[in-house]
Amino acid sequence: MLKLDKKDAVTFLFVVAITLLAPFIMNPFPTESGLAQFNAGYPDLMQRFVIFGIFAIGYNILFGLTGYLSFGHAAFLGMGSYAAVWMFKLLTMNVIPALILSIIVAGLFSLLIGFISLRRSGIYFSILTLAFAEMSFRLAYSVLTPLTNGETGLQITLKDPRVLDAINTTGHQPVTSLFGLEMRNTATLDIAGWAFQFNVGYYVSAVFMLIAFYISMRIFRSPFGLMLRAIKTNQTRLNYTGLNSRPYTLAAFVISGMYAGLAGGLLASMDPLAGAERMQWTASGEVVLMTILGGAGTLLGPVLGAGFIKYFENIFSKINDNILHSWFSFMPESLETFFTTIIHPFVGKGWHLTLGLMFMLIVTFLPGGLVDGGTRIWNRIRKNKKSSSSAASSTEPVE
Amino acid sequence: MDAILLQVLNGLDKGSAYALIALGLTLIFGTLGVVNFAHGALFMIGAFCAVTLQKILNISTISLDPTKTDFLGDPLKIKTPLVETWFGEIAGQAIIDWTVPLAVLFSIPIMLVIGYVMERGLIRHFYKRPHADQILVTFGLAIVAGELVKANFGATEIQVPAPDLLAGVTDLGVYLGFDVGRVAYPTWRITFFCFSLAVIGSIFAFLQFTTFGMVVRAGMADRETVGLLGINIDRKFTIMFGIAAAVAGVAGVMYTPIKPPSYELGMQFLVISFVVVVVGGMGSLAGAVLAGFMLGILESFASMNEVKSFFEMLYLPSIDQIIIYLVAIIVLLVRPRGLLGKAGVMED
Amino acid sequence: MGIFEVKNVSKRFGGLQALDNVNLSIEEGTIHAIIGPNGAGKSTLLNCFVGKLMPDTGTVEFMGKSLLGKKPHQINQMGVSRVFQTPEIFSDLSVFENVLIPCFAKRDGSFELNAFGSVKGQKDMIEKAEQMLIDVDMIDKRNDMASAMSRGDKRRLEMAMCLAQDPKLLLLDEPTAGMARADTNNTIDLLKEIQEARGITMAIIEHDMHVVFSLAEKITVLAQGTPIVEDVPENIKGHPKVQEAYLGTAN
Repeated sequence: MLKLDKKDAVTFLFVVAITLLAPFIMNPFPTESGLAQFNAGYPDLMQRFVIFGIFAIGYNILFGLTGYLSFGHAAFLGMGSYAAVWMFKLLTMNVIPALILSIIVAGLFSLLIGFISLRRSGIYFSILTLAFAEMSFRLAYSVLTPLTNGETGLQITLKDPRVLDAINTTGHQPVTSLFGLEMRNTATLDIAGWAFQFNVGYYVSAVFMLIAFYISMRIFRSPFGLMLRAIKTNQTRLNYTGLNSRPYTLAAFVISGMYAGLAGGLLASMDPLAGAERMQWTASGEVVLMTILGGAGTLLGPVLGAGFIKYFENIFSKINDNILHSWFSFMPESLETFFTTIIHPFVGKGWHLTLGLMFMLIVTFLPGGLVDGGTRIWNRIRKNKKSSSSAASSTEPVE
Repeated sequence: MDAILLQVLNGLDKGSAYALIALGLTLIFGTLGVVNFAHGALFMIGAFCAVTLQKILNISTISLDPTKTDFLGDPLKIKTPLVETWFGEIAGQAIIDWTVPLAVLFSIPIMLVIGYVMERGLIRHFYKRPHADQILVTFGLAIVAGELVKANFGATEIQVPAPDLLAGVTDLGVYLGFDVGRVAYPTWRITFFCFSLAVIGSIFAFLQFTTFGMVVRAGMADRETVGLLGINIDRKFTIMFGIAAAVAGVAGVMYTPIKPPSYELGMQFLVISFVVVVVGGMGSLAGAVLAGFMLGILESFASMNEVKSFFEMLYLPSIDQIIIYLVAIIVLLVRPRGLLGKAGVMED
Repeated sequence: MGIFEVKNVSKRFGGLQALDNVNLSIEEGTIHAIIGPNGAGKSTLLNCFVGKLMPDTGTVEFMGKSLLGKKPHQINQMGVSRVFQTPEIFSDLSVFENVLIPCFAKRDGSFELNAFGSVKGQKDMIEKAEQMLIDVDMIDKRNDMASAMSRGDKRRLEMAMCLAQDPKLLLLDEPTAGMARADTNNTIDLLKEIQEARGITMAIIEHDMHVVFSLAEKITVLAQGTPIVEDVPENIKGHPKVQEAYLGTAN
């Protein structure tokens, strides 16, 4: 199917099913129950799942396959957002032209930055991308204010030309749409105690995520993908095999830059504004974490990592002291205070502390990420079964 | 002429900070082969040692003065810092006034311990791991350090004033024959610059003239060979890490009157310090110092109005914001090993 | 006129004259060994062949074309493959993928953006890679990780990777360094087989005399950066100049 082999086709169908049914799956608790705060099935959060999924899938093509650690990809995400908002201002509120321009702009900039940065490898490459990221941030924040509206961020206004759209007489801000289908539209389905929300913006983003995932799958299985993996393991041998590694890494860099641009464009399509803080190099750190948390170099890892981080960011940020107290209220008071005090720094505004700790723990103990950890546990279980049955001796091919 | 001199001076104090951080980064990279993204955080922690000491010194007892009343008519509350109670009013006030210099002494043992714990507890396990892992784990550590400081001290910048004696302005121009007031410069910044020179000088002297330094230099040149000689190089490197942390820390302390610290200080200086290190040449101590001062001065020149308006004509407004990065990119492309870098060190 | 011609090559590092006016000619289809005591300049010479070092003077020509100033991948594309002292393989890939990569490199050149074709769909490439593994007797290890191989198998794999490109010249840098006797003999047999079956020209840099005398048809002895003798193995053994060069060192 779709030029995928059987195992990959199953994986792909699995991802399609999860994505399309997400409004149900992410919403397991009835609205009135105390656990409803752990639901993730509302439009804003689900949009972020898939959009950052796209970002991480793209980043994985560079970092996961070639091992080149870039701190500059948040800049491409930001550029994508700016490009999209300019399209909304000048041309039309339809998201398609905006997304196309986002991808083109991010692609061009990643070509330029990648061409220069990839003249070096290893830590020099990382520092070059760091310098570019910081420079892009400052350009957006102050130098290029006419283009980016500086600190305030770029927004749409009633006075924008929007040459393709009909003249706006309503007096309200126009909204982003796909040929008239508004991104913010949400249908709610009430069944028993549950309220399931189906949002246009989510499904549009989800379709893009599925396309992005499919493309990345094809890249992983292609000769090009094989060469990228070869670059990660031994560049010397690659060069002495007659292959020039630079065009390969540049192609991977540009592809991942375009993914970042698409993600940025989609973010702006859901909420038409773009700010410089999206471009800070520390924001690139987040996509690195998503990728390694899920499993760098694996197909599903980045999507998993993006979902994991965005979900916990959302949940952790919402937990305040009142909620903590209600959790531990069954305990004697001294214990209750003890636990709330311990947990307090990590939740609410302390999300970044948790993020930093997670970063250290994952890199130290689980460099292969969740997918690798899961596979290892699975293999151990299977091995135990095998040795207990002691009959099967044939080794299965790894592929 | 006086304007140019003033810009050079302006660049020197920023350059000193860059040079000190970059020096520590280079020491760590050269000896341990580790890329430490948490080095900016060490600078920030140093600055917060000064903040902490300021808080400690200002712990006060409150007494009521029945002879005076406040605006509500209650007896006036008088805060007396404990140090004034213990050492007498004059000595106590002097101690509080000299918080920052005292904090230098206060911070050194703290930073040495932090450095030691960091190396033994975390960095050591990453010697054999890829550079990417080292970058990521120290990046995580930098976030954690920043957030812990934020949780304890808040997100706003905290003022730590310089001692009154050094808080004013020195008219350097007068000594050089300019008119009064043309090259007036904050005294504390001059102090900071001299302090940095002293620190840099003592590091170099230490490496040059002591046996310890000799072994470390040999280790920087070729780690395996020194290991074969049976010298316990690992322990020396641990101490070196502590020293690098202390250098970043005291730099952070002394910088507080120039820039009131916030938890973001570390990340702000980190990127520039890395740029400084690669421009100077990865693994070259002299290169780090040279590039630190050069980029600091360059940045301050780029912020001159004349320069800015010139670049505005070329459609590059606010060139001072990005000049360091532009220069770094150009240097790395033209001379990948950096200004004073040795051939073959991290060339690929 | 040989397939590989080195003329008047000199290289200086500061005060050290590493190579001093080296002339060398390798005949097509022969195995030519370059030997010499430690520090004779063997590795420097090899690095000048493959584009890692630029000699100060002289020319290095392969099939009439200069190799100087070319990058390693360009030299490889001209038909020169290299075997390293410690086997350079793609450790994190499977044995099969290791051999597949040079097959693609041979067919597609130094860069080909084939991002949508499936590796599994390339039947001819797969067949060729499998044939290579059969040739070096490693087909049963097809799906194993390359990093899990023994030292001798890694050497075999590296040879298979080089052969997959049908090179016209194979440069071998101490191919048996650090190997046990049995592995050394296996490698010698493998090289002999390859030479007989394919007639590839080989240049071997080596200081293990056993290897050199079992394989080489012609030997160049290098001492202090200059070739002192070039002859067939029988004449090298008792040659006074060679003995002098070797006895002068700790060897």
